[in-house]
Amino acid sequence: MAVMYNYVRSLILLAGMALLGLPLVAQSETPLPVIPEASSRFSAEQACVEPTEEMRKNHMNYILHQRDETMHKGIRTRQHSLEECINCHVPVEDKDGQPMRITNKDHFCSSCHTYAAVKVDCFQCHADRPVKTTAFHPLTSQASEKTAFHHSDAGETVSADTLEVLAEEGKLQ
Amino acid sequence: MTHKSEINSSRRQFLNGSAIAAGLAIAPGVMLHQVAQAKPADQAVTSDKRWGMLIDTNKCSKGCDACVRGCQTENGWGENETKSGPNQVAQWIRKVELRDTSTGFTKSLPLMCQHCEHPPCVDVCPTGASFKRADGIVLVDKHICIGCRYCMMACPYKARSFIHEDLQDQLPVAPRGKGTVESCTLCVHRVDKDGENAIPACAEACNAEGHEAFVFGDLKNPNSRISQELAKHGGTQIRADLGLNVGIRYRGI
Ligand code: SF4
Ligand code: SF4
Repeated sequence: MAVMYNYVRSLILLAGMALLGLPLVAQSETPLPVIPEASSRFSAEQACVEPTEEMRKNHMNYILHQRDETMHKGIRTRQHSLEECINCHVPVEDKDGQPMRITNKDHFCSSCHTYAAVKVDCFQCHADRPVKTTAFHPLTSQASEKTAFHHSDAGETVSADTLEVLAEEGKLQ
Repeated sequence: MTHKSEINSSRRQFLNGSAIAAGLAIAPGVMLHQVAQAKPADQAVTSDKRWGMLIDTNKCSKGCDACVRGCQTENGWGENETKSGPNQVAQWIRKVELRDTSTGFTKSLPLMCQHCEHPPCVDVCPTGASFKRADGIVLVDKHICIGCRYCMMACPYKARSFIHEDLQDQLPVAPRGKGTVESCTLCVHRVDKDGENAIPACAEACNAEGHEAFVFGDLKNPNSRISQELAKHGGTQIRADLGLNVGIRYRGI
């Protein structure tokens, strides 16, 4: 929703500038964004998963389409996957040697989005930098050492009348 | 001789080539040697399958929470919520203790989203964010969720959590964020990848402890291990009286 809103808003802004007769070249006083280089090429002929000009203009449509396909139909092709965008475009490190976060204005996404004044809200939920996932090896991970969390509400009935939820494990101990 | 070995080697190549073709070209759908395996990544899930899980509470040990920790590690919940209180922090799966009030007998079991065939959470959701996939997995589309929490109220199993704070470093397999509701996904990313051979993280962790209380599989396939076990030994639905026809079945309660 917010993505669409921002997109529409930027279109309206552009239309507004056109109406006011402000030539877009007047923007040239704002320095163009410095876009970090991707870490690999899609193919020998093509830099990104679609022609670069197409991606610059329409990446949001590809991501939006893929989002619904994956979420609702379980289609998990990699070509237009946001995770792969991040893996390829965001390994660039900041001055502390960490992959950049979206809050860093040199992050691949923010570099352009700051310039275009379009808010990007993907990263409220999605990882903004490559994540070395422990998925598929959960038991070898350090994280499995941490304590589990427990809610503390006892006494709710979940089963037939004679079965009463006493408490969760953690509370009884 | 040379001539003959050339023929042989090219013939071998041809055979190799055709063997590969048999494995690949018959897809989509029909993989010769991958009958029970995953769908190709570019194909949508269908209602030919209904994923479910059978949990044998006789094998589930009191005081063990390996399944809970396995889920946390796999899906990244609970760890990065530092500002939420103990009643606010996400809980996709929890250990619950039941007591038979007439005998005092107690039982420990893991409880998570039961992946209802008729999910009340989906009924009440005003936006369509709460939905059931064709293969029976109930999910929240967080792009659409407005955080009203009706679904949390509607769920008889208290399976859902609301995220109260800004998060960072979510895992790619489980995007999650402030203002949206979430619950067990049946490790949908593993299911999409491995199909009938998938093992959800809770089950994997349980197996690693040597308890093997979980059986994951396709309830619609009579030959799957879960169907065969259900046919042989039966299984209980928690709150079967609600008529939700849940996908998570229990034994020993
Ligand atoms: S157990 Fe709760 S969250 Fe899961 S499908 Fe049923 S009503 Fe929805
Ligand atoms: S909190 Fe989200 S998923 Fe739940 S009912 Fe409201 S909009 Fe639907």
